[in-house]
Amino acid sequence: MPMTLAEKILARASGNKEVAAGDYVTAKIDVAMAHEGAAWVIDELMKAGIDRVWDPERIVIMFDHWAPAPTELTATMHKKVREFVKKHGIKHFYDVKAGICHQIMHELGHVRPGELIVGTDSHTTTYGALGAGGTGIGTTDMAVVWVTGELWFRVPETVKFYIKGSLPKYVMSKDVILYIAGKYGTEVAQYKSVEFDGPTVKEMSVASRMTMCNMAIEIGGKFGLVAPDEKAVEYVKARTNKPFTPLYPDPDAVYEKVYEVDVSELEPQVAFPHSVGNVKPISQAEGIKINQAFLGSCTNGRLEDLAAAAEILRGRKVHPDVRMIVIPASRQVYMEALKAGILEVFLEAGAVICNPTCGPCMGTHLGLLAEGERCISSSNRNFKGRMGSPKAEIYLASPYTVAASAVTGEITDPRKLMGGKK
Amino acid sequence: MTTIKVKGRVWKLGDNIDTDVITPGKYLSLPMDQLKQHVLEPINPDFAKQVQPGDVIVGGRNFGCGSSREQAPRALKEVGVAAVIAESFARIFFRNAISIGLPVLICEGVSSAFDEGDVLEADLSTGEIKNLTKGTTLKAKPLPPMMLEILSAGGALELLKKKFAQ
Repeated sequence: MPMTLAEKILARASGNKEVAAGDYVTAKIDVAMAHEGAAWVIDELMKAGIDRVWDPERIVIMFDHWAPAPTELTATMHKKVREFVKKHGIKHFYDVKAGICHQIMHELGHVRPGELIVGTDSHTTTYGALGAGGTGIGTTDMAVVWVTGELWFRVPETVKFYIKGSLPKYVMSKDVILYIAGKYGTEVAQYKSVEFDGPTVKEMSVASRMTMCNMAIEIGGKFGLVAPDEKAVEYVKARTNKPFTPLYPDPDAVYEKVYEVDVSELEPQVAFPHSVGNVKPISQAEGIKINQAFLGSCTNGRLEDLAAAAEILRGRKVHPDVRMIVIPASRQVYMEALKAGILEVFLEAGAVICNPTCGPCMGTHLGLLAEGERCISSSNRNFKGRMGSPKAEIYLASPYTVAASAVTGEITDPRKLMGGKK
Repeated sequence: MTTIKVKGRVWKLGDNIDTDVITPGKYLSLPMDQLKQHVLEPINPDFAKQVQPGDVIVGGRNFGCGSSREQAPRALKEVGVAAVIAESFARIFFRNAISIGLPVLICEGVSSAFDEGDVLEADLSTGEIKNLTKGTTLKAKPLPPMMLEILSAGGALELLKKKFAQ
């Protein structure tokens, strides 16, 4: 029986020759990722009186949501996790200096094609950019994984987005995924796996693919997958010596639906408050005044994102009425941006650069919004109250659009600043 | 067969009730006894004070979309919500709810079948949902036996403990 990539991954992980959408399986977990959610997992284990883990080498823990700790409560959470890490010999632990979990997982070789990875974070779908089945779970499920190394799954149906056409200049993969969320809605992949395929995806860098897979959850996806090509395999081989076996969808696999998307004429896209599916082309967003511009997050805080924004900001200034917050996704990204002179561009322009962390994306620290304020953000969610006041507004866009808007003080088509449309 | 029944007064919520609305990120590091006082605050600041133990939430489409934060279903459970029944759920919320022992059911047509304050009775194992105020009945897809087993144990960890003990 032909299988989709999701079916292949869950068949391998559950020790079955084949599985089909709708089956319930118990699967072995290859890697279990937890950020500060680890503290809540530990609480669950303590409540249950369980004091052991299945495999300290397969658990990866890092701090990114509150890094460094902005409050005494979060400092206490961190302390609890550090003590647990020491006691149980958790091999892969990254303290506050490292950056955002999903970026670290990729950069440090913890994401490998064909593997099944769960994380205490909904954006664990990012790992599909390397052909790994990554999905977010809660802390109780993670406690079960830490103890048993296994978890039940319903094998999902798969929807495929076949993307074709060359992306116009100053239009990024972020615009593609926002367009998809706007056109097909935030439930198009509810309970389903997403496969991104087609010539446009093949052209994309691993970083650009990560942006789309990251936001697969915003259209309901359980996984957001790209079949691992040479680019993906090389990316992984440069980062780990661990063996892995890439899996691919069968050519005659059965998809619940295939959506064809032509991006050759795509405009930059903007998601309006308070839903990721409330998307309009930039031409319908221009002129909306902003108070803050945020460049960063697991969606768009990588080197190519910072480089894109710097291309706009070079020789320009952030508008005096705008706070621009820049947060590289990891220490490695920070270092590379430093060496490439990109950070200097941001500082010259008047942006604030913070340490690698989730920052204001989920409203924990480093640039929250007051009532009546508006932020344009390269992050992934614009829910009511996510960045502070429920009476603030968040607009989602690409790094190019965020940078252009920071310069003018209102939502701006980056192509207008950069001279022409193409 | 496991039978789980709930009966309570209905709170109506709309479509796309996301996890930031249920448990805002800015309160997420608080202990549950404080966090739960802010549940649903962005859309109804008085919800935590007004909700009564046993009340049931009737939601629209894509209930619980967004984050994997388990605090979202847990805070609802902690303030006394007995079940959430919605047109559709985001999958992580749905899964988390089962894992922490908060009954959830997917039922098309439920939001138009209930008004705020109606009394709802639901049988999780058969999927039968009654509006006792209006005298109408709906049928949801019943939960699969594995999820019922987790719910009746009181959650995934409780079930695991039970299995360890055997």
